[in-house]
Amino acid sequence: MTSLLSIQNLHARIGDREVLRGIDLEVPAGEVHAIMGPNGSGKSSLSNVLGGKPGYEVTSGSVSYRGRDLLALAPEERAREGLFLGFQYPVEIPGVNNTYLLRAALNASRRHRSQSEVDAYDFLELVRGKAKLMKMDESFLSRGVNEGFSGGEKKRNEILQMLVLEPQLAVLDETDSGLDIDALKVVADGINSLRSPERAIVLVTHYQRLLDHVAPDRVHVLARGRIVKSGGPELARELEQRGYDWLLEAEAA
Amino acid sequence: MSAQDSRLDSVLARGYQHGFVTDIESDTVPPGLDEETIRFISAKKKEPQFLLDWRLRALERWFTMKEPHWGKLQYKPIDYQGISYYSAPKAKADGPKSLSEVDPKLLATYEKLGVPLHERARLAGVAVDAVFDSVSVATTFKDRLAAAGVVFCPFSEAVQTHPELVEQYLGTVVPYGDNFFAALNSAAFTDGSFVYIPPGVRCPMELSTYFRINAAKTGQFERTLIIADKGSHVSYLEGCTAPMRDENQLHAAVVELVALDDAEIKYSTVQNWYPGDENGKGGIYNFVTKRGECRGRNSKISWTQVETGSAITWKYPSCVLRGENSVGEFYSVAVTNNFQQADTGTKMIHLGANTRSTIISKGISAGHAHNTYRGLVSVMPSATGARNFTQCDSLLIGGHCGAHTVPYIETKNPQAIVEHEASTSRIGEDQLFYCLQRGLSEEDAVNMIVSGFCRTVLKELPMEFAVEAQNLLAVSLEGAVG
Repeated sequence: MTSLLSIQNLHARIGDREVLRGIDLEVPAGEVHAIMGPNGSGKSSLSNVLGGKPGYEVTSGSVSYRGRDLLALAPEERAREGLFLGFQYPVEIPGVNNTYLLRAALNASRRHRSQSEVDAYDFLELVRGKAKLMKMDESFLSRGVNEGFSGGEKKRNEILQMLVLEPQLAVLDETDSGLDIDALKVVADGINSLRSPERAIVLVTHYQRLLDHVAPDRVHVLARGRIVKSGGPELARELEQRGYDWLLEAEAA
Repeated sequence: MSAQDSRLDSVLARGYQHGFVTDIESDTVPPGLDEETIRFISAKKKEPQFLLDWRLRALERWFTMKEPHWGKLQYKPIDYQGISYYSAPKAKADGPKSLSEVDPKLLATYEKLGVPLHERARLAGVAVDAVFDSVSVATTFKDRLAAAGVVFCPFSEAVQTHPELVEQYLGTVVPYGDNFFAALNSAAFTDGSFVYIPPGVRCPMELSTYFRINAAKTGQFERTLIIADKGSHVSYLEGCTAPMRDENQLHAAVVELVALDDAEIKYSTVQNWYPGDENGKGGIYNFVTKRGECRGRNSKISWTQVETGSAITWKYPSCVLRGENSVGEFYSVAVTNNFQQADTGTKMIHLGANTRSTIISKGISAGHAHNTYRGLVSVMPSATGARNFTQCDSLLIGGHCGAHTVPYIETKNPQAIVEHEASTSRIGEDQLFYCLQRGLSEEDAVNMIVSGFCRTVLKELPMEFAVEAQNLLAVSLEGAVG
């Protein structure tokens, strides 16, 4: 079975610093994979390289997404092809209406797929439903994008966007950080509602706690820019108990 | 020998070139500005003596003045004696004969702005007399205004039909000797708009220069005078979002607004003159004096402007708050791209008690452009209880442009409250990447971020104008990123 996302020997750097040092990863459709690791292990770099963020230089290796060369696509093309990046620190865009951005985003993807655009009325209907699911007050829809949102509200907003855009591959970078326990539950429900045989989700996280609510099919440990161990859900629990050091020591040895 | 002497000398030396002694019927005078030229213009327009005298005093003053250079602007010296100061009911034959002769770039811009087909030819200056059925529009328009008692006509027409109003108000807000460009305009202005709203009348529609078709070509020295009598209200729209074809490089307009007791004037401008090409060649030089006086108590004057055009912009729409409790507002978006330079801002002069003013200025620079906000808030000893709030924000796109803020604050009344906030930000890579990651194109992303930045100003514009202005921002910033 071919993977939705297939990463082979991926190396990347920012300036002179090598941040990814040979990543290999296969994510088949229908699965949820967790990527865990200590701070500075390259987790966010991996998300950013997949999203096509400027500043990262891929020095070798390849990434195939839905059978295409992902690295050859511009960031907006990757998005329209169904790749969604949930940001660790979502930016504020003052004065730009949250709903407006989201509708423009949805319609950009729909145009790309030769579907008709969603008009403002139907869209409002759609987004209201999703906001309810995320237990977000409707006032968030008409506010500036993330403008004055708390950390937790920004994260909910990311998941709201994901639910509206219905991506085929979602890469969620530390979506659980900064969430209280109630918000964590809401966010997890949002993520779970998107699980389907056609989709894959990559959860990038430092802690086990999100994985208590979103059960992963596979868990990978990233350290110093490489995946040093992969396993089933039990690996996450082991990490929770033993921390990362034993793996890092084994790797260094 | 001083510069002034040499200028006078050069005028004298050219004394014989005009030779229009017998040629009073001609449509164009030879280049140059002197008393003869002014007399010629005034005679051509059959102006009353008071106006001729006023023009001549302005000219005399202008000869003693020097072009100001305190603005943060760089341009080649202007040869004021190389300009022809009168070329009236302009020979349309000079224009292109059909749309096929018009610069394709201009047409492409119309396309993007969504200018209706039948309008494009008129804006491009095509020599077709009735390109669209405008007469009926204009007539209905005139009937409705006449019924309300509103006077709205070309300035030259007002001089004939309402000389007493012109004489009473002309130059009372911007005196002819106010500054170099105002003096030049006062001496040589060719036409413009005149508005009078009678006491207690709420003008039944937005007055737009766009509809003033019988004076489409007002030329480079435009003069506008708007008087809102007691308790009246008017909203005036200047300009058009479509770029006008224009061969005059120098523009020096004067706009005077007078608001009497309880009157309100809202003046909105969308200015989109040719800014020069991407290498900084060509483009209009725009030196404008705009000032309103809240002469009566409880009066209000509000300036809203969206500036995207001109190579050089020197413009400070101001309010003199004389009447007690009067209110002055200034909302501005100034966009500069490529090699454009804008030095713009406002002056709020508080004279009356409890006068209030608000200044919201948004400057956007891209390419190699420079954008300067220059503002003055002045509170005189008489202005007890005066308040001002100023907010100046600058947005930079790319690494080669500049934004500058030069706020002057003078308070001579200890009770005045003056607040100033300023910020400068760059369109963040992060903001841009965020939008791209959601599937937006780079162009759409920049437009969205920019209109978000300008939102507080754009919402002050009349509805349909605001939509056009947003499109205009998009066109102006095309290719600004990447």
